Amino acid sequence: MLQFILKRLGLAILVAFTVSFISFSLLFLSGDPAAALAGETASGEDIEALRKLYGFDRPMLVQYGDWLFSALQGDFGESYYFKLPVASLIAERLSVTMLLGVCGISFALLTAVPLGVAAAIRPNSLIDRVALFLSVAGQAMPSFWFGLILIVVFAIQLGWLPPSGASTWRHFVMPTIVLGYYAMPAIMRLTRAGMLEVLNSDYIRTARAKGAPEMRVMFKHALRNAIIPVVSLAAVQMGFMLGGSIVVESIFALHGAGFLAWESIGRNDLPTVQALILIFSMFYIVFTFLADVLNAWLDPRMRSS
Amino acid sequence: MADPLLSVRNLSIDIPVGGGTLHAVRGIDFDLQRGEVLSIVGESGSGKSLTSLAVMGLLGKQIDRRADRMDFDGVDLTRASRRKMRSLRGARMSMIFQEPMTSLNPAYTIGDQLTEALLLHRNVSREAARDRAVELLEKVGITSAASRLGQYPHQLSGGLRQRVMIAMALMCGPELIIADEPTTALDVTIQAQILRLLVDLVREMDMAMILITHDLGVVARVADKVAVMYAGELVETGTAGAIFNAPTHPYTRGLLRCIPLPGKTERGSTLGTIPGIVPSLIGDISGCAFRTRCEHAVDACRGDIPRREEDGHMFRCVHPQGRRTEEEAPA
Repeated sequence: MLQFILKRLGLAILVAFTVSFISFSLLFLSGDPAAALAGETASGEDIEALRKLYGFDRPMLVQYGDWLFSALQGDFGESYYFKLPVASLIAERLSVTMLLGVCGISFALLTAVPLGVAAAIRPNSLIDRVALFLSVAGQAMPSFWFGLILIVVFAIQLGWLPPSGASTWRHFVMPTIVLGYYAMPAIMRLTRAGMLEVLNSDYIRTARAKGAPEMRVMFKHALRNAIIPVVSLAAVQMGFMLGGSIVVESIFALHGAGFLAWESIGRNDLPTVQALILIFSMFYIVFTFLADVLNAWLDPRMRSS
Repeated sequence: MADPLLSVRNLSIDIPVGGGTLHAVRGIDFDLQRGEVLSIVGESGSGKSLTSLAVMGLLGKQIDRRADRMDFDGVDLTRASRRKMRSLRGARMSMIFQEPMTSLNPAYTIGDQLTEALLLHRNVSREAARDRAVELLEKVGITSAASRLGQYPHQLSGGLRQRVMIAMALMCGPELIIADEPTTALDVTIQAQILRLLVDLVREMDMAMILITHDLGVVARVADKVAVMYAGELVETGTAGAIFNAPTHPYTRGLLRCIPLPGKTERGSTLGTIPGIVPSLIGDISGCAFRTRCEHAVDACRGDIPRREEDGHMFRCVHPQGRRTEEEAPA
């Protein structure tokens, strides 16, 4: 097990470096950063001066090395727009995004897994149909539309929840539901399909033949095997929620990291965008790694491979 | 004779299929005494496995099981609650399945799975359960048993897994053990080994066993009683001696012609086959199910088939053929 973890960790670190290089170089593909920064009316000399000031005249690899070395120490440079250190800017926004992401994935898992299990235990029953309806609706509704509907109903008409902001837990209720509901259908369907398959397997019959109570058969014998693909999916979705909750953050005016990324792209705020891309990718890498470890714990066959 | 351990009367199993009902098992009767080995023989799809699953109460919800009686040591299994069935399964009756490769849960250690039944049914400590597991693993011929407890199924070969399955079925010291083609999925080289082991254990621990197989060679070696099943019906039952020496139903005789028997089959002679295929069991079925493949079939085979019995040798045929020895005596 330890050997497996070390192997995966080494792999994750390798991927992290590759991703950092790609995210750094991507920004140069969109054109001359100095020209973009100076604006349309700037003269050639101004652009040249900016290029010197920010070090764009140096070879790209040197710039990358420089940037990575600082980034490893937590220094992502200074935001062009805010004139503040990017690190503290992101740290402030990231707490909102992380809270939202954790709430969102928890909501998704806590609704999707029990619903998927219940649907698999009684296929074609009422609960299966309700679960199918909820998942189709969740997949068909765009987040921004669902978010607006929630605001109209619960904030404006009923007045139960605040429509925007991030100051109390009540501000997080609707964003959590919108974000979680987006991830729910895929998790639910994967859980249902996995449970259906596992419940038909020979070892479930063996467990029943031992006289194990139905609850034990479902949760100890079946769910542990059925949940393995769900873990990998949830890890990817968690990464997505932390990096891609831009829409939800905009609708509910939660000024998180996703919203900051969206603003910074518009403002050509290069250091901020670079840092955010790096951090978002790191989330994916960390969650994938954690999912691998969790899966190896769940399924002993993975440890040896 | 003492009351049988298991007594089944008029057991039928219906499976709803698209556009009809599959009458998979139709009105079968059998008795099993303590310490006796009953072998149920038949082709694939003849209802052997369904019969055993019905006894265990392991048929799916959509499958309809009816019986006049299914008594297990005085407990009527047709009326037993789910809780009652659960308390019997794994404790007093247990089952060994055909597929050792997939019958163990890949996520748990051998030790966890071996001790589970004992911990569920008996009030024992984990240590005591562990000791029992080691004892049984040694009994089924697994070396360094204690260290195996921490291994996972994927680390064991098919033969080892089936040994583990056997040990698992024996954990609570059941009175009845049902083995559903326990050696079919194994390499030919270890089939005999595993079967010998199973039968020795059954004799040693004085259990009754239902051995389901399509291999008459296996039956010849181990069974006390044989029940021949064809297309959902028991066509002939009797002691192993009666079935092998004096087969009466044309199907039984056909089956026996298909296998070489030491001392009975002449060298160089051609082994027989039974022409035709098993009829569909969907919809209404009347008469003898074997008549389409039977060389002796007459019009009377379409009607009700009498059930005849002499000295515990039962057969269902309108015109049972004479003794195998008479009929096949060299001309």
